[in-house]
Amino acid sequence: MQQYSIFSLARNALSGHQNWSRAWRSPPLKERYDVIIIGAGGHGLATAYYLAKNHGITNVAVLERGWLGGGNIARNTVTIRSNYMRDESIPFYVKSVKLYEGLTRELNYNLMYSKRSMIDVVQTYPKLREIKRRMFNGDLHGSVYERINVDELRRRIPPLTGGGPDSRLPIIAGMVHPSAAVCRHDAVAWSYARAADDRGVEIHQNTEVMKLLRDANSGRISGVETSRGNIYADKVAVVVSGHTTSITDTIDLKLPIKSFNLTAFVSEPVKPIIDVVVNCPDIGVYLSQSDKGELVIGGAPDAGQSFRRDIKQHVFEDSVCSLLELFPAFKRLKLMRQWGGTLDIAHDATPIVSQTDIQGLYVSAGWWGGFKAVPAGGYTLAHLIAKNEPHQLAAPFTLDRFKRLDFILEAGTTTVT
Amino acid sequence: MLKISCPFCGPRNEVEFAHGGPLKDRRPENASPLEDQAWIEYLTVPQNPLGPVQERWWHVRGCGSWFTITRDTRSHDIIDNGNKS
Amino acid sequence: MQRNSEGGLIDRSQSISFQFNGKTYQGFAGDSLASALIANGVFLTARSFKYHRPRGIVGSGFEEPSSLVELVGDEESGNQPITRVQIRHGLEARSVNCWPSPDFDLLAVNQFFSKLIPAAFYYKTFKWPDWRLFEPSIRRAAGLASAPQGIHHRGHYETRYAYCDLLIVGAGPAGLMAALLAAHSGARVMLADDGLEPGGSLLAERYQMDQGDALGWVRKTVAELDSLDNVTRLSEATVWAYREHNLLMITERAPATENVFQRSWRVRAGQVLIATGAIERNLVFANNDRPGVMMASAIQAYVNRYAVKPGKRVVLFANNNSIYAVARDLRAAGIELVAIIDSRNQLEALPDDLQDVRVLTNHVIEQCHGRKRVHSVTIKGRSSGAVAKLGCDLVGISGGWNPTVHLYSQSRSLLEYNTELATFVPGKAVQGCQCIGSAAAIFNLDALLQDTARKTETALAATGNTIDPAVTLPAVTAEAPYHIEALWHVDVDTQLATSCFIDIQNDVTLADVHLAMREGFDAVEHVKRYTTAGMGIDQGKTGNLNVIGAIALRSGCAPDEIGTTTFRSPYVPIEFGSLTGVREESVYLPYRHTPITQWNKEHGAEMYEAGARWRRPGYYPRPEESFQQTVNREALAVRKGLAVYDGAPLGKFEIKGPDALLLLEMLYTNSFANLQTGMGRYGIMLSEDGIILDDGVSFKLADNHYFMSTSTGHADAVNQHMEFFLQTHRPEWRVKITTVTTQWANATLCGPKARAMMQALGTDIDLSTEAFPFMGMRDGTVAGFKARVCRVSFTGELSFEINVRARDALPLWKRIMEIGQQFGITAVGSESNHVLRVEKGFLSLGHEADGTTGPHDLGMDWIVAKNKTDFIGKKAIEIRQAMNPSRRQLVGLLPDDPDHLIDEGAPITPGGRREASEGLITACVWSVVHNRVIALALLENGRSRMDETVYIRRKGDIVTARVTAPCFHDSDGHLLRS
Repeated sequence: MQQYSIFSLARNALSGHQNWSRAWRSPPLKERYDVIIIGAGGHGLATAYYLAKNHGITNVAVLERGWLGGGNIARNTVTIRSNYMRDESIPFYVKSVKLYEGLTRELNYNLMYSKRSMIDVVQTYPKLREIKRRMFNGDLHGSVYERINVDELRRRIPPLTGGGPDSRLPIIAGMVHPSAAVCRHDAVAWSYARAADDRGVEIHQNTEVMKLLRDANSGRISGVETSRGNIYADKVAVVVSGHTTSITDTIDLKLPIKSFNLTAFVSEPVKPIIDVVVNCPDIGVYLSQSDKGELVIGGAPDAGQSFRRDIKQHVFEDSVCSLLELFPAFKRLKLMRQWGGTLDIAHDATPIVSQTDIQGLYVSAGWWGGFKAVPAGGYTLAHLIAKNEPHQLAAPFTLDRFKRLDFILEAGTTTVT
Repeated sequence: MLKISCPFCGPRNEVEFAHGGPLKDRRPENASPLEDQAWIEYLTVPQNPLGPVQERWWHVRGCGSWFTITRDTRSHDIIDNGNKS
Repeated sequence: MQRNSEGGLIDRSQSISFQFNGKTYQGFAGDSLASALIANGVFLTARSFKYHRPRGIVGSGFEEPSSLVELVGDEESGNQPITRVQIRHGLEARSVNCWPSPDFDLLAVNQFFSKLIPAAFYYKTFKWPDWRLFEPSIRRAAGLASAPQGIHHRGHYETRYAYCDLLIVGAGPAGLMAALLAAHSGARVMLADDGLEPGGSLLAERYQMDQGDALGWVRKTVAELDSLDNVTRLSEATVWAYREHNLLMITERAPATENVFQRSWRVRAGQVLIATGAIERNLVFANNDRPGVMMASAIQAYVNRYAVKPGKRVVLFANNNSIYAVARDLRAAGIELVAIIDSRNQLEALPDDLQDVRVLTNHVIEQCHGRKRVHSVTIKGRSSGAVAKLGCDLVGISGGWNPTVHLYSQSRSLLEYNTELATFVPGKAVQGCQCIGSAAAIFNLDALLQDTARKTETALAATGNTIDPAVTLPAVTAEAPYHIEALWHVDVDTQLATSCFIDIQNDVTLADVHLAMREGFDAVEHVKRYTTAGMGIDQGKTGNLNVIGAIALRSGCAPDEIGTTTFRSPYVPIEFGSLTGVREESVYLPYRHTPITQWNKEHGAEMYEAGARWRRPGYYPRPEESFQQTVNREALAVRKGLAVYDGAPLGKFEIKGPDALLLLEMLYTNSFANLQTGMGRYGIMLSEDGIILDDGVSFKLADNHYFMSTSTGHADAVNQHMEFFLQTHRPEWRVKITTVTTQWANATLCGPKARAMMQALGTDIDLSTEAFPFMGMRDGTVAGFKARVCRVSFTGELSFEINVRARDALPLWKRIMEIGQQFGITAVGSESNHVLRVEKGFLSLGHEADGTTGPHDLGMDWIVAKNKTDFIGKKAIEIRQAMNPSRRQLVGLLPDDPDHLIDEGAPITPGGRREASEGLITACVWSVVHNRVIALALLENGRSRMDETVYIRRKGDIVTARVTAPCFHDSDGHLLRS
């Protein structure tokens, strides 16, 4: 793998940058692999990387119907954090944050990983109770969350001038999660792809999986039917958040998943004004500022199942109303771009990393807030595929929990992704 | 913001309605005799098509009636607005 | 001065003074900031984003890729294209992203490092030791304008809904023609144009219509439209989004209404005609970003519309024949035509007045010379390779015309690549819309008017209207058909490619596109993200197709195989304030209040945001009291004396019909079958998943008639739950639900003196325990008001809930406070209520019921009827119980330290160790009964761990407590039933 550094940049500058090699190959498609991963998104590419790196499994094909990293990894609001509520969830995200912190070095790619802290702006007492519960639980598992008073909150978020004592919902308290970070989302996909490719994994773009294939006798998974012909493997993982059921419906596998549209928007780029990730759980909006200067803002998913990746005007306006409640100065700031992405959300809104009733078929789905989970999601899915045993960190996320109606309910923490 | 036709009130903006999820079979008179896994499937596994889905809406900020429409989840086209005379 | 003494649409009688980068200039009414600066000979107006190269004005409208300004003072606003700012008295504008000025910019030093900072360089470096060390400088260097500080002073934002049969986007020739045709059909027509005045391309070019100046036709048409009631015409209004079901968003930047600063419209249209015109494409050659290199049509607009000359000696360069009309107009304005460089291989028949102009076909401009202003160009023969230098101070370029299909594409309608026109044109529509005019790739005025008439007729027919046959199309002079030969970029060596700008705004060069592809990023979206081409404020309006073309050339595919990147709203940047209008504060987050709310505020109540947006009193502090003292005082009043609270927000529903009992039996876990008339019963409702949805009390008013009360916070959810079940799953049941939450208010008296108080108020209801037992309900009169009194208790003390009509609530309350003096009555709020119910171990949603607990966990086995065949959630809780033997159960806790509260939500862990929790504190209060701290908790297998010591861990601080029964007061309910 060609090393990236200031030295290689300088060296290549001398030759007019003509000698950079391809970040990933475009090899010919074989008929059989040990593992097929459907979806070259964040999770799919991370899984491929860890299969190769941690388990020495390199005869892997990642099949992507569009362009690499073009799904939700290309369109999320890049918040990385671990301040979840449940004992079952927190350790997984703590691991993911840890993996993220070392990823630039490990993958030799500047992810522009920036630890910003996340500050919750709390405006009601029930929400404060809930967040305090998360604070204490987080501490049990190494996720730090600390309370700050309103003065300190305002000091750290200068443009937050709303929410005063005479406003509709005065700010009561703040809660800081110091390890929250942001990074460049495309870089996550590209760096995992480059590193996986370097270890022998094949990434095939413009290769759409139309159907899953099963062995006629045993019923186990035998491969996939794609737009470029059939490809066979004993292990197939569906890692296409948003479109999971489109693939699993082809063999009538029942999953407790619905697909929703989640939107985000960015402002025009302005000089640095916010250094932290701000979350406003009582009014349903969160934001951070990218290195380019754009404010990146998100809210809650649309009602009703959707694959349209669009904007519902009334949902969008509500997010803006919420934003301006706390940041009235932003009235004159301009919206520059907005978009939607398709998420799967499981019945209990907690992710699924699991084998299925069909031998050889694995599913990673239900990622509502999946960007922060990319490293741990890949890490644990790779473990599951390699060993046919869930990794301890993702053991609560198997499909078994539904068979016992043992839901893992985060209750409101997933308004921030 | 969808334009949804309420069977009583006619076409209205989406903000007048509450969404009630995709259609499920009629809730049985007595669920107890059913197999556990069959009931779990009824509770947790929805239709989630890339295409037309039958779903329920409630005209909560209007006449209060529930009705079922068929909407394409890719385009939002409402194929059947559930308004039968 | 570069201003011609005649011509243009500016008003020379109104001189306007404005400031740019600290210097004062003069312009005229009608000038944009760009045209006024050109008139003043200012041509260096910006520095580029990354390299800080000197830049000037390139376009004349929204497509402007080069110069952005920041407005300061009253007009404060950042990142405006210089071409879209109208000059006004007192305007102060500054170039963004350069310091101290575009002329002398300190960060111009970046240019010397340009080789080290190609596209995506940051992924390859800045890694060691940590990105965070570099990030602050990068962030300061990025970001263009400063974030706005204040709020404008010229009025408020307004938002509206509108409905029309036909929405026409754009008032150029096609849009105006469509509006005229539709207006007389009786259809409701809306016409939105984003220019300062209507006319579109007719303002910038010199056309004849009906044997007169085209602008005369425009004025006549507009006057006619404005005289009709069924036509709504908006100016300076951009249609920026096309959503589903023909919903479009329009924002008026300068509405005529006084005090309305900006107005946004949410328009639901029957049909849409998109007449958004076309945008001229850039040409890509070395140093094509130098000040003085401008879009040919922009120069044309400046001379025709503003009567200014951006230069004296122009070289024109194009791959299409629209350049010749430009040439004529520039010459007529007094600009010398040095040469016309036509990259096409054919010699057009030149118009007579251009016969003497030097025209070089099959030639290109290879590069521009001049750093702060172009002073010459090197041209090259495409076959011969012969080079020559031409002196000039202005270069006009035209790479062809792109129909403005952004809105059309946003509608999810398809685009197709047209090889002959070398651009993407509208394809199949998927919503009710059509493109007309140049937006439909019909550039010829005569042809587009005909096409417009046809499409307007179709659109009107779809809405049930017919076109007025009396309206005629104007006669127009014939033009040569548009002809183009695609030229995605000039052929240059790798060295020159580093200064061929393919996206001017984001400093993306042809070399960057090639670099991206070299590294394997060859999908168009990859190239865009790698290079950031098209991701600036201009969204790449002048350059995107060249990116696609460049990819196509290098990969050997056709442009339609490459495809376009996704068109996203907004079409132009839109202020956030204009989206919300007056929806702020209590308009956006309306709160619910009771008839007693005002009284509460007057009496100093600390108002809380309770469930379902109710504002409820938390407590009533007295001077010199601490919070805990207030809560204790209020709780003691309930336990020992007399208290009153406002229970109006509780959800209330009347359930009526022969199948009413069937409904209750399905909704509740317990049975109501043997409930007597005049009695109530506490019940719990589950979701079908077996999660506790609500608790409340239902009363039987008569056979087939029940009165249900629910919690405050979940009333709306229960309403939805019930209506959903009834209407979708049991439509044949004969029962109706009526929401009466706000029709009834109540004042709840509680405490040992409650009965005496009721007698003192005066009532015809027999208050004895025999006649009116606990959980009974009686109708009658209380204090002269018609009332329904219920003996329910959420506090565990003797209680009378006096329900009256909402209009009687305040008078009743006042009477209660008056009569209650003798008993020392105390108004109490939710904080003390919380204490009281914890002492009783009563369920509170959001505390003990957190979405995971079922009734068995809460020790409420008794509420799950054994003899009911089924109810909503029954099978789910049975499955859960059977399959998950270890359950978190409700227990009481007595902390070993009796004086200090423990935070609600604090986890209980085995041995207090730092590991997964085995429970948590759900409530912790100071008990006024026991004068010590008590708590409720959910604890794994808690019921079999009585008297055990458990460890609560708050971030390293461990406290211990003893497990006990979850009730601390009157466990057999004597007081309730008294």
